[in-house]
Amino acid sequence: MRALRWIVIVLGLLFSGLPLVWMGLSSIKQRADAISQHPRWIPAAEAPVAPDSPRFEATTSAFRDLASVHAGAQASFWEHLLNSAIIGFFSTLATVALGTLCAYGFSRFRVPGEKDWLFFVLSTRFMPPLAVVVPVLLMYRAFDLQGTRLGLVVLYTVFNLSLAVWLMKGFLDEIPRAFEEAAVVDGYTRFGALVRVVLPEARTGIAVTAVFCLISAWNEYGFAMTLNSSGAVTVPAYFAGLQGNIEGMPWPQVAAGALVFVAPIVAFTVLVRSHLLRGVTFGTVKQ
Amino acid sequence: MSFLTLERVAKLWPDGTSAVRGADLAIQEGELVVLLGPSGCGKTTTLRMIAGLESPTSGRIRLAGSDVTDLPPARRDVGFVFQFYALYPHMTVAENIAFPLECAGLSHGERDAAVRRVAERLGLVDLLQRRPRSLSGGDQQRVGLARAMVRRPRLWLMDEPLGSLDAARRAEMCELIRVQQLQDRVTTIYVTHDQEEAMRLADRVVVMSQGEIVQVGAPGEVYDHPATLFVARFVGSPGMNLVEGVVHRGEFQPARTDVRIPLAHAAPDGPAVLGARPEHVRLDPTGPLAGRVALDAEAGPWRHVHVEGPYGRVLAQTVERRGALRGAEARIAFDPTGIRLFDPESGRSLA
Repeated sequence: MRALRWIVIVLGLLFSGLPLVWMGLSSIKQRADAISQHPRWIPAAEAPVAPDSPRFEATTSAFRDLASVHAGAQASFWEHLLNSAIIGFFSTLATVALGTLCAYGFSRFRVPGEKDWLFFVLSTRFMPPLAVVVPVLLMYRAFDLQGTRLGLVVLYTVFNLSLAVWLMKGFLDEIPRAFEEAAVVDGYTRFGALVRVVLPEARTGIAVTAVFCLISAWNEYGFAMTLNSSGAVTVPAYFAGLQGNIEGMPWPQVAAGALVFVAPIVAFTVLVRSHLLRGVTFGTVKQ
Repeated sequence: MSFLTLERVAKLWPDGTSAVRGADLAIQEGELVVLLGPSGCGKTTTLRMIAGLESPTSGRIRLAGSDVTDLPPARRDVGFVFQFYALYPHMTVAENIAFPLECAGLSHGERDAAVRRVAERLGLVDLLQRRPRSLSGGDQQRVGLARAMVRRPRLWLMDEPLGSLDAARRAEMCELIRVQQLQDRVTTIYVTHDQEEAMRLADRVVVMSQGEIVQVGAPGEVYDHPATLFVARFVGSPGMNLVEGVVHRGEFQPARTDVRIPLAHAAPDGPAVLGARPEHVRLDPTGPLAGRVALDAEAGPWRHVHVEGPYGRVLAQTVERRGALRGAEARIAFDPTGIRLFDPESGRSLA
């Protein structure tokens, strides 16, 4: 039983880890090594003599090239990363703020038709978002939102809001009302009690919700590609846009960029890890 | 003019159940009043309406001469102690106690001084930097008390503050609360379902049942002269013995017997319920009522002997360690001054 468990763990780790390892290796290759027919997977200080050697010369040139504007693009990788960061940050902020307030209302006040409203909120996720890409495109054209950061911030906020409301409602329902009542008797307004007492208690839920929203906005590809193929292009759309350019796909730079792109999410998740471990079972399970 | 008055205060829940049915109550400044009753009697709802955490469906609440019925809790200047403490888990003990002061706009120095003062009074000085979760229930409730006291509010409101503590801690905390209250003379309303706690603490007890106030009086008065059968049963541990029967020409005849018990006070002829506390019932070989001992139990300094006869079951309290064991024949007599009579229809006292 124990051995079986280890086999499963190792297999899972290989399955999810190998692509990352390969990505890491590619990021320190020259382009020729990256697309060579002979797999090269041993980094070395100097280039090998034999053409079928598994060694390759390690270099950091791909990371340096991230700052240059590649053929087929209008800006360097860093500028696209900035787009992703701004869009990811503000859409997460907006989603968590709106979702928390909305969930607080459902959790604490008597809302006529509460169940129906909550179901309506959930129902906005029933349809695959890409099914509405054409109407959204027309709408964004009419509002001049195409290619803007604001456009994607609004879009990602709308898509993630239902998840945020449901997640946050689960978390807020678990916080005893007595905390707010104590704060209100102690002289605070309802809003003061929310800010000073409820939100600090809900930080686990806020962290969990923020991680989900950030990952979803950060990785979104379909709408980014359709609405923002020019202007404020995010990283996933930028990589895709490099295909078919005159110099060919710059694989080492793509690998280096992808590594850099993954890092903030990993860092954020590690930062809120202690909350996540508690949060994943906490908010969703009703006693 | 009373310090706090409730005028026909009623609370109807949205589902149509009536929590409080027109409560009238006048409380004097500096009094400690205990709202006593079984769960669901409306005592907590009454307290929460005084705090402003619930709004009454009808009626007015006046505090120190002004109508506070529609004021939010923050503007009523009351301190509230919750049954489950409701201490803010993300703050230290000191931060918890200082929280009401922060809102009142006191400076850092003033806050620290006030927290220190109240912590010294309640013996919390060593715990100030701890988190509430690391404290015992009793210590947590002392922090809750400190938080309610620190601002020197006009009213202390306590919702079963000792309900989640063990018996030993409860007695200790009871004393602490009373000592602090007497020191500051803060008008206090204290909710409990524990009649012993009520007796120990109260200047006056307000007994509630099914959303109504059934009796208001000093603890001794409520104990000695219960206004209704409900109070007679509920107050006292164990409650009053109740025997159904008939009053005829100044004598009481228990049902299904031909015994006549002379009454010390005049009472109208007709059906009645006789009430007598266990300490007013004695085992007496020459007593009028005969029965069989159904149960006998040690109760510290006394023994409780349950005597069963055609009239029902009567509990006698005796200091006798021997005799009247289970199954034995026994006779009992009532102390005439301890006899109370109630109307079986309305349940009201016939005194």
